[in-house]
Amino acid sequence: MATSTSAGQNRRDFVSDQDVRWCPGCGDYSILANVQRVMPDLGVRREDTVFVSGIGCSSRFPYYMNTYGFHTIHGRAPAFATGIKVARPELSVWVVTGDGDGLSIGGNHLLHSIRRNLNIQILLFNNRVYGLTKGQYSPTSEPGMRTKSSPQGSIDYPIDPISFSLSAGATFVARTIDVDAAHMRQTLRLAHEHSGTAFVEILQNCPVFNDGAWSDLQDRKTRVESSLVLEHGKPLVFSSKGSLKGIAVDQGVPSVVELADDDDPVERGVVVHDEHCETTSYAHALATLKRPDFPLPVGVIRQVEKPCYEDLLQQQVEHAIEQQGVGDLGDLLCSGDVWRVD
Amino acid sequence: MKQVHELDHVAIRFAGDSGDGMQLTGTKFTDETALAGNDLSTFPDFPAEIRAPAGTMAGVSGFQIHFSSRDIHTPADEVDLLVAFNPAALRANVDDVRSQAMIIVNSDSFNTRAQERAGYDQDPLPGLRRRFQLVEIPLTTLNREALHGLALTQREIDRCKNFFALGLLCWLYDRPMDATERWLCSKFSADVLEANVRTLRAGYAFGETTELFPTHYSVPAAAIEPGTYRNITGNAALAWGIVAAGARTRRPVFFGAYPITPASEVLHEVARYQNFGIKTFQAEDEIAAVSATIGAAFAGHLAVTVSSGPGFILKQEALGLAVMVELPMVVINVQRAGPATGSPTKTEQGDLLTAVFGRHSQSPIPVLAASTPSDCFDVVLEAFRLAVKFMTPVAVLSESYLASSAEPWKIPDVESLGHSEVVFAEAQDHEEFQPYRRNPETLARPWAIPGTAGLEHRIGGLTKQDITGNVVYEPENHQNMVNLRAEKLERIAHEIPPVQVEGPEGGELVVVGWGGTKGAITAAVEEARSAGHQVSRIHLRHLNPLPADLGDVLQRFRKILLPELNEGQLALLLRAKYLLPVQTFSKISGQPFKIWEIRECIEATLKEDL
Repeated sequence: MATSTSAGQNRRDFVSDQDVRWCPGCGDYSILANVQRVMPDLGVRREDTVFVSGIGCSSRFPYYMNTYGFHTIHGRAPAFATGIKVARPELSVWVVTGDGDGLSIGGNHLLHSIRRNLNIQILLFNNRVYGLTKGQYSPTSEPGMRTKSSPQGSIDYPIDPISFSLSAGATFVARTIDVDAAHMRQTLRLAHEHSGTAFVEILQNCPVFNDGAWSDLQDRKTRVESSLVLEHGKPLVFSSKGSLKGIAVDQGVPSVVELADDDDPVERGVVVHDEHCETTSYAHALATLKRPDFPLPVGVIRQVEKPCYEDLLQQQVEHAIEQQGVGDLGDLLCSGDVWRVD
Repeated sequence: MKQVHELDHVAIRFAGDSGDGMQLTGTKFTDETALAGNDLSTFPDFPAEIRAPAGTMAGVSGFQIHFSSRDIHTPADEVDLLVAFNPAALRANVDDVRSQAMIIVNSDSFNTRAQERAGYDQDPLPGLRRRFQLVEIPLTTLNREALHGLALTQREIDRCKNFFALGLLCWLYDRPMDATERWLCSKFSADVLEANVRTLRAGYAFGETTELFPTHYSVPAAAIEPGTYRNITGNAALAWGIVAAGARTRRPVFFGAYPITPASEVLHEVARYQNFGIKTFQAEDEIAAVSATIGAAFAGHLAVTVSSGPGFILKQEALGLAVMVELPMVVINVQRAGPATGSPTKTEQGDLLTAVFGRHSQSPIPVLAASTPSDCFDVVLEAFRLAVKFMTPVAVLSESYLASSAEPWKIPDVESLGHSEVVFAEAQDHEEFQPYRRNPETLARPWAIPGTAGLEHRIGGLTKQDITGNVVYEPENHQNMVNLRAEKLERIAHEIPPVQVEGPEGGELVVVGWGGTKGAITAAVEEARSAGHQVSRIHLRHLNPLPADLGDVLQRFRKILLPELNEGQLALLLRAKYLLPVQTFSKISGQPFKIWEIRECIEATLKEDL
């Protein structure tokens, strides 16, 4: 995947000839446009790129990318991607899934693909609702959400994609927002740079079935107050109602610290973001920061290095060849106890 | 020197607790028998529990071997010798012992408590003395005496007693023990090695010297086609078929599986061959195993997944996708008794209709079945050949009975297995790539793998437009694509060999079979012919599509009898397709057919008026 051969690729090279069929105003349009825009910068040729998806609105994504693409079955995209990546480690493999596809029917595969740390990117579009089946509550929906399948309100406790991926042992975890183009592209670049499973939650609006799911983050005016932009080595500070605030974590419990203009945040106990922190307890604490009590963290939550599954497997194959020589079928068939009949 | 009686064939069964090492004892005896040049057939029969409570009926594990100086087809209906290590093993197996045949019991294990645990309310041995040639040997004591002085615990010493029995049996049937000793040397060292070799030899010497056995027996080598032979089980043959498919096409193999009885040995065996470049993936579940397999096929690997009934059914949705996207892959189902968890170690042919029709909507896939342990090798190669040539998933059915049974296999010459080159699509200048433009002969679409510039395309489960592969919902296109997929199977029906009739090409009765019933049906038909009946036999490997001439061939017989280990699944298909009066002979007990069961059914069928 030499960078040179991908030079000259531009956004249009990654746009397929298919009509995009999401609802008007869907957050997926913005995600698609930003993925198409960022791809030429990644140094990967489009023929070496595979987008794999499951079922749901988000999973139509591969049809619109002029790369190799595989629209599979509900929830199983990570497993298909595993087979592709294990077979062909040189390919750049991207999984596109949603909160229903990835965390409900496909929770098991998401868990295990993250655990194995294949060098793939998983983009989970979280709109907190089932869109393609017309508006039932999803595993990330807020309790009490009234939908056609929960007329009195959902009684499910939601799962948090960030906590889930951290618990599965993710080596790269990030969150971004559908409408924040620059932030999304930067997050996607970092996800691609990471060697290992890069899990990216993309907060996405469904204008038809869950409009305003992330309204305070999507609205440019309120975004500053409602989001905590993570930068490695920088203190966790944000501004709210015109004043500066920071996040302190005491024995794993986060709290908001009011900061005066001349305060040194670190001296006041504000945590300095360390995405490479070996233990996951810090990242887990970040995952507990929820609206409306806290700003929602966006950016890279965790990034650590660990060998990738497909590399370890390839090493085993090479080791076996080194130890036993390249397998010979004739030798195998005649191995062990054989006898001749004349 | 004691007298030696020459026998034509012998069936023996080792039976004991599942911790007594019966499978190992049987396997080692089998290896020695193969090296002695006999034809043979084995039937291991063991419980699903790893260690059921000791001494109970639930924990009885058995291994039967039939060996002969002529061609044989089954492990035999009855045994000529039963070695029972405890009362439960005796009780579970005594009904399969031929009248007046020999039973060797470990007399040390026949006490009141053990008898009660086996469900006997009194000592069973006096009653058996009238019906059988009962030989009572204190195996535990003799083994302890042989191993006296070794620095092993009592428990470790007692675990060796199966090799005392093996040594005794090797003397009794004039088998060499070299291969067993070689195996022991490769497996153990120090005192454990010493103990096993010593008790093995002690068992042999005991046979020579004891007055319990006035004679021993020899079974001369069978007249077998010249060649190099080995023993092979069905599961090993499946694994080696997978290795061979990669070697013969020079393509890397991807093997995805989730552990399940009785298919796990295939996973274990394939996992050993990483030096063939095979990538084995133990998935988180059956669905992931098949999904990753299809993913690897998309990426250009020879891809295969293996399971048994409960896993096979979980794979069906993904197989439907493989049908829609027309990718080559093989799914192997080592069938077991069901429904639900059923009897995981027992045999059945209950998944034929699932293989043919198990996916929603019209979703045809080729289905092949292996008929003997070694045939598993050939069937896997054939499955890959069809999958790649026609760009389709292919199902292979094996059975628990074939999985662990062994038979001698004439090792094929590697060159005779043929080469089949895999041809991937290449970009053509000035021409837009059409992922569903088909080969006019096979209707296969091109296999265009990622990494090929100019062939970037998207596939998926949504209805495809003919030629372009674009997502469309037009009624005419949908009908056309359904027809094309059905037509592809028709093309395969004409690709596969015509039906082979063993015996007269027409007449009163043909016995049709598929899968692992071949041995019992063949032997039963031979016996019926010896009794003067005219009977023909057809054994089918290709079950979907059926051979193109099958209907015409069946028409030539007045009666069609179809024994199968289900309620008549193939019979249902044949009746529906050919409107012929196919009679089912069904058995679903978790056990294979006995020869006599089929022979009696043949005789009854011949007597019936239609």
